[in-house]
Amino acid sequence: MTSVSTRSIVWARRRRSWKQLGDQFRRSRTGMLGLAIFVVFAALALAAPVLFDSSQLDVTKATGGVYESPTARYWLGTDDAGRNVLALVVWGARISLLVGLCATVLSMCIGTTVGIASGHFRGLIGGVLDRLIDWFLVIPFLPLAIVLATVLGKSLLNIIIVIGVTSWPATARLIRAQTLSVEGRPYLERAKALGSGDLHQMTRHVLPNVMPLVLANTTLAVSISILSETTLSFLGLGDPTAVSWGTILDDAFSTGAISAGAWWYLAAPGVCVVLVVLAFNLVGRALEDILDPREAPQ
Amino acid sequence: MILFNFFLFRLLPGDPISLYTRGRDVDPEIKRQLQARFNAPIGEQFLAYIKNPFVPGLPSQRFSAPVWDVIGPRIWPTLLLVGTATVLATVFGVWLGIRSAWKRGQRFDKVATTVTLVLYSMPEFWFGMILLIVFSVGVFGIPGIFPVGGLSTPGIDIGTFAGIADVAWHLALPVFTLTVIYLAEYSLVMRASLIDEMGADYLRTARAKGLREADVRRRHAVPNALLPTTTLIFLNLGFVVGGAITIEYVFSVAGLGSLTVLALRGPDIPLLQTLFLLFSAAVIVANLVADLLYARLDPRVRT
Repeated sequence: MTSVSTRSIVWARRRRSWKQLGDQFRRSRTGMLGLAIFVVFAALALAAPVLFDSSQLDVTKATGGVYESPTARYWLGTDDAGRNVLALVVWGARISLLVGLCATVLSMCIGTTVGIASGHFRGLIGGVLDRLIDWFLVIPFLPLAIVLATVLGKSLLNIIIVIGVTSWPATARLIRAQTLSVEGRPYLERAKALGSGDLHQMTRHVLPNVMPLVLANTTLAVSISILSETTLSFLGLGDPTAVSWGTILDDAFSTGAISAGAWWYLAAPGVCVVLVVLAFNLVGRALEDILDPREAPQ
Repeated sequence: MILFNFFLFRLLPGDPISLYTRGRDVDPEIKRQLQARFNAPIGEQFLAYIKNPFVPGLPSQRFSAPVWDVIGPRIWPTLLLVGTATVLATVFGVWLGIRSAWKRGQRFDKVATTVTLVLYSMPEFWFGMILLIVFSVGVFGIPGIFPVGGLSTPGIDIGTFAGIADVAWHLALPVFTLTVIYLAEYSLVMRASLIDEMGADYLRTARAKGLREADVRRRHAVPNALLPTTTLIFLNLGFVVGGAITIEYVFSVAGLGSLTVLALRGPDIPLLQTLFLLFSAAVIVANLVADLLYARLDPRVRT
């Protein structure tokens, strides 16, 4: 009976602290602006099949002229094959956001697991994991991603894997530092004294305490993932069958949109990337400000 | 904690070796080719590779020439481009960061922070392409002023003054692009670390001594705030390399970055592998330099 009641007290406390976080976030204007931008893009991505039929992405069924500048019919002009750039960009949002979010989830899972484990275990395991983080942190990201993507081959799943396995060390380093500070607190000593195992300590005591930090870091990581996806796709490492903002830019560049002066073809996907990445950066920064213990109101 | 951090970097020299074998690990194809070629056990080749990773194994598939012959002449354009951009970005980024932090909350800070955040959220190659289309091709009636790409006008002698001016003319846009993108991050970091320092007690002491505000900033706050920024600038070189790859591709500068793109289009595995090795080695060396520099800047970690 007592265990149930302690647990419910703990849960009530956690719910309260999450709610407090939400209230504080609502007061951050830039954070809310970022969230609003993200919601708009997410809605567009979800509504893509309703707004534009997928046949508009087919080169053979294109209706417009070559490199038509923006008109009332084609708000963002047309590409080299006469496709509607607006339709491309809206459909591109689906892949870009999907890859960005999935890669982030993967990277967060690896980063949090390695971070907590390297902070929790002392001795050999901790040392090895710590060295592993350093080592991945030092390898230049883009060359490593390029090599991996080349070796794995071009597909949507592979690009998610590539971004996921190359972008976790920064998270792991942060989580590790936080874990080390949590590990020193008395309630972990109490848990150890009561005979709880490593797994129990890590999942029941450390994880809930590093969770807010993971959340703040996740939003920042999404922006990096989306930028990475754009870069890799631009270099021709994306899935050739899927339209993302990066592959649109790749097409635009390789079909000579620059020398044709087709600025709308280049500008549209780029502006989307900037807006979405900025949105996640704003949300992440707002969360960091709230969670930063030095600035927390006492 | 500082000592711990310092020793972490000290331990890095041991890591390149495992890094190199890793480069070998991710290329199963080349392992198979090597095996067929030399018919030697993998372990032996591993050992040979670890002993001297810079000795080329296979010639480049695309250029049918030894990889180092292909890479050699392309190192200088990249160094010129990235070096200039990094120096400019560091100087302006730090300056901008100091100004924003000192005028925290005022209009200059708000504008600067917003602009740098937007720049920070931008794919660098996209920014380059937009500059290219506006200033080289010319839209909205703006005449194309800058060359569309390349490193110099064909046939011009680079040794002469006109040649140097021509190269500078060609590099102006790519260097500007990289500078602006790097600058964004450096100034954000500098601003954050200076704001961290601004609440410190020793600044109050300095002011209490009657020092002028400018002196407090220059003599006391900035040197301390520069520490994390220095570390980050060097740690960031890994990303700098990535920027160079896409920017060289967009501006068709015949450097290591555009070579990487050629290598991955093939894919030309031996070339790609050597380039990866070179980039990693460069970043590791940069980390070592950062480490030594840190020891000079911060007396606390001097041992």
